Amino acid sequence: MDDLESRAAQALAEVEKADTLEALDALRVGLLGKSGIITAALKALGALAPDERKARGAEVNRVKDRLADALAVRKQTLEQAELDRRLASEKLDISLPGRDGERGGIHPITRALERIASIFARLGYQRADGPEIEDDWHNFEALNFPPHHPARAMHDTFYFGDGRLLRTHTSPVQIRAMQGRQPPIRIIAPGKVYRSDSDQTHSPMFHQIEGLLVDETSSFADLKGTLAEFIRAFFERDFEMRFRPSYFPFTEPSAEVDIRWDAEDGSTRWLEVLGCGMVHPNVLANCGIDPERYTGFAFGLGVERFAMLRYGVSDLRAFFENDLRFLKQFA
Amino acid sequence: MKFSENWLRELVEIKADRAALAHALTMAGLEVEELTVLGEGLAGVVVAEIVAAEKHPEADRLQVCKVDAGQGELLQIVCGAPNARVGIKVPLATVGASLPGGMAIKAAKLRGVESFGMLCSAKELGVDADASGLLELPLDAPVGQSLAEYLGLPDASIELKLTPNRPDCLGLIGLAHDVAALFGSAVKVPVQAAAPVTVQAKRGIRLQAGKDAPRYLGRMVEGIDPAARTPLWLTERLRRAGLRPISAVVDITNYVMLELGQPLHAFDNDALQGDIVVRHAGAGETLKLLDGSEAKLDEGFMLIADEHKALAVAGVMGGFDSRVTDATRNIFLESAHFAPAAIMGRARKLGMHTDASHRFERGVDPELPRRALERATELLLSIAGGHAGPVLVAENLADLPKPAAVKLRRARLKRVLGVDVADAEVARIFTALGMQVETHADGWQITAPSSRFDIEREEDLIEEVARIFGYDNIPTRTPTGALTLTIEPEGRINELALREQLAARGYYEAVNLSFVAAELLTRWNFTERLVPLANPLSADLAVMRPSLLPGLIEALRHNRARQQERIRLFEVARVFAEGNPPVETPSLAIVACGNAHAEQWGEASRALDFHDIKGDFDALIAWGGEPQRWSVHSDGLPGWLHPGRGARVARDGETVGYLGALHPQLAKALDLGADVHVLEIALEPLLARRLPQAQAVPRFPMVRRDIAMDLPEEVSWSQVEQTVRDSLGDRLKELQLFDRYSGKGVEVGRKSLAMGLILQDASRTLTDDDADRCVREAIAALEQTCKAKLRG
Repeated sequence: MDDLESRAAQALAEVEKADTLEALDALRVGLLGKSGIITAALKALGALAPDERKARGAEVNRVKDRLADALAVRKQTLEQAELDRRLASEKLDISLPGRDGERGGIHPITRALERIASIFARLGYQRADGPEIEDDWHNFEALNFPPHHPARAMHDTFYFGDGRLLRTHTSPVQIRAMQGRQPPIRIIAPGKVYRSDSDQTHSPMFHQIEGLLVDETSSFADLKGTLAEFIRAFFERDFEMRFRPSYFPFTEPSAEVDIRWDAEDGSTRWLEVLGCGMVHPNVLANCGIDPERYTGFAFGLGVERFAMLRYGVSDLRAFFENDLRFLKQFA
Repeated sequence: MKFSENWLRELVEIKADRAALAHALTMAGLEVEELTVLGEGLAGVVVAEIVAAEKHPEADRLQVCKVDAGQGELLQIVCGAPNARVGIKVPLATVGASLPGGMAIKAAKLRGVESFGMLCSAKELGVDADASGLLELPLDAPVGQSLAEYLGLPDASIELKLTPNRPDCLGLIGLAHDVAALFGSAVKVPVQAAAPVTVQAKRGIRLQAGKDAPRYLGRMVEGIDPAARTPLWLTERLRRAGLRPISAVVDITNYVMLELGQPLHAFDNDALQGDIVVRHAGAGETLKLLDGSEAKLDEGFMLIADEHKALAVAGVMGGFDSRVTDATRNIFLESAHFAPAAIMGRARKLGMHTDASHRFERGVDPELPRRALERATELLLSIAGGHAGPVLVAENLADLPKPAAVKLRRARLKRVLGVDVADAEVARIFTALGMQVETHADGWQITAPSSRFDIEREEDLIEEVARIFGYDNIPTRTPTGALTLTIEPEGRINELALREQLAARGYYEAVNLSFVAAELLTRWNFTERLVPLANPLSADLAVMRPSLLPGLIEALRHNRARQQERIRLFEVARVFAEGNPPVETPSLAIVACGNAHAEQWGEASRALDFHDIKGDFDALIAWGGEPQRWSVHSDGLPGWLHPGRGARVARDGETVGYLGALHPQLAKALDLGADVHVLEIALEPLLARRLPQAQAVPRFPMVRRDIAMDLPEEVSWSQVEQTVRDSLGDRLKELQLFDRYSGKGVEVGRKSLAMGLILQDASRTLTDDDADRCVREAIAALEQTCKAKLRG
């Protein structure tokens, strides 16, 4: 008995000192294994008298439990220490760059163009398109520009040998959208347009978005409302706006729209951002739409202008140089 | 249209200051493009005469002048202007004055000599940009008078950006009518008196151009003084309108054009022979014009001629030989009405733009010629003297434009503008614009003055109401309408999403001009079905691009030249081919060079190769969900691709694009290396997408077996893949190529391909025996079809 107690006390001390899982396991086998001291003590019970056996049995079991508990506690401690060591050894420099994280970006013109088109899409304007190589009828005549009219001189036009031309505005898409179709019509037509003009503020190719709404109720007041909403949605802020009378052969009344823009020096100035007007009855009639029954409005804007204002681009030519140092700023 | 503000204010009462006037003009559709204030702050500046001038004792460039400024005693002024000399009249800023630039004039010693004021240039006074010397005033300028008073200052030079529909505002009288309507005031137009006819000088006028020239008035004025000087008030008005004074006769015709809007022309009467003939030019007819150029004409031009020769291109420019010179004593004044359609585009065709053509092609009031002729005569007689002959008139009344009465319905006005404008306001607006108003039950009947070419239909009247009523006063309303949903087809990939996919793969979107140099296309060997511009800006921008790649490669080169090594660019735009109509095909192109991946600390870097671009292609087509409809082919490659490292791309067997390495010769010509790879595929096939139809997920497990085969080099992977597929059919779920090797251990001319066969049966779990049988079948097929051997 005393022998078991003293052996157990010694074993507990050894368990506490075991510093590897392997050493601990060896101790466990020596104590609780088939040939361990507990097993031996339990086997020795058979030789005792029945009443002595019971008391002795309970005592052996208590020692066994104490040893088992001590082993388990020690095992957990050693396992935790081992895990801590491993975790410490696996530590990485998480500030090192990752793999394959590079990405590109879409062009600021596309970005502004899609933003504008999606604003109108939310109002139910459907995207429409037409050819970039147009005929005179769609680009001018159907839009109420008679041949040689001075208004044509405002469109420096690129021509082809067969008399076709590069569209000077996206307005011919209005004609194509209205032909063979009856109102209500709501379209938005983004695309490339061309003017034979090239300097610091003019590119021979640029992008326009044309909007058109034709129905039985629309008025100039609705046009004002639509464009005010659009400006607010695009810039995510309110602007002081003004509609100035102007002239386009295919709209009447016509207007140019200015917004009050904050200059770098803190002053403000009026900045022209788009042209618009009520669709001219001749244009509706040219497309087979009854101008008595239907009215509508149209507007056109330069995408580059909006991209420049929105993203702080000061040089128009940067859009077409495709310099990665520029493009990467829009990723 | 540029004009003096003071002049306009003389013609119409404007109850507003300069800023309010400018704002009102802009908001009425007469946009003020520039406003230059002239001669403000000239208190203390007077007219003075230099009566003596001596060289400064200490300075070569200075003179010591004695100046009479009407103060009783002469003032001593030191002056450095090169034109300072005795006898001229000049502006003197007296002691105490301060100039527009901020300079305060004080008595001072200049190099030891006292000076009591400063003689000024036009620039120093803020009246003109000329700083070359003192502003020389006319010799009759009254000494001592305030300069501001003498020159009619301060004033402003206002430039309007007029739209083509408002030619009536190309004369101050027309502008005055609009201003009167804006401010509710009246135009102060004196009735034009007829000049006294003191000589019976006549010349016949024959109208032979039909509707193109329905009215032509002329008059001879004899015995004018060729040395007559244009008075200062008139030249000042011309200068403030942006016109340089030239000679009395020319200045007067310009002045009347500015005032009334009617272009006039003065001929040297002694250069004319017989009747004036207004006719169309003959084919090939030429005329030397005032500016010295030789105009080559055709039947589309109208001429003013005499019985022997052409004198002027009607409505555009006078001829050189009949011009008024400084010796001209007898003149013939022309004041005519030409139909806009007969002048439109003619000046442009001659490569010019004149004040006359600008007005005639937009439309000049047909009732103006007589008034303008009388006004010019009046000025001419008073300035240059002479004797006026009778007004000679040739006209064809039936061909003159007649002001039509146009109806405006009250309901339509409201419908179009979205606002109720009071009846009284509508009537006031039209009346103020000089229109006749007749009121009807449902609206108005309006007759516009003959100057308003733009009033032809109801919308023109609605615009006039809106303009004067004020766009600002029209409410802002959100449109209402049916909430119709537009259908976005799911079978088509959104173009923006496709672009974003490429951006996610590391590509930056480029936007190139649609036209390229013919020479660049030749270099790429694009020579067929090109669409060249008839009037390109330059040879570099002459042909519509047949492919996005030449331009995109130029963008790549631009970046290479700017220290960029690894470049990934793409573009989505149309390419063009000859046709009737020309064919426009949306296209997608990518170009790439440099390392396959961005430099990374844990990975070895490697140059981009064909299969990197192929991977981009695989990703692009995977998105449509039907890669099996796509195929790549090594035949039929264009010349700009490397013949062994290029692929032709087909969808459903139809060629839709190419990808691969640039041909080494082209790359070398473009100063590029072997790492440059490109792809161009028609956009539409890439946007097509399969609508998914779900299948049941397989219930039985997959089995994988790996084999390595030894094959001749020329057997392509696609042959191998096809052979295995054909032999195993549905049981083969996937064939994964995981190694390709040639070199030691493999015979020269052969290669080893290691692949994993992923097998599955829809109805049961495959046993090991089943799998082994599949492997044996696949090997047998490869041995038979592809000259393959199983590697040991």
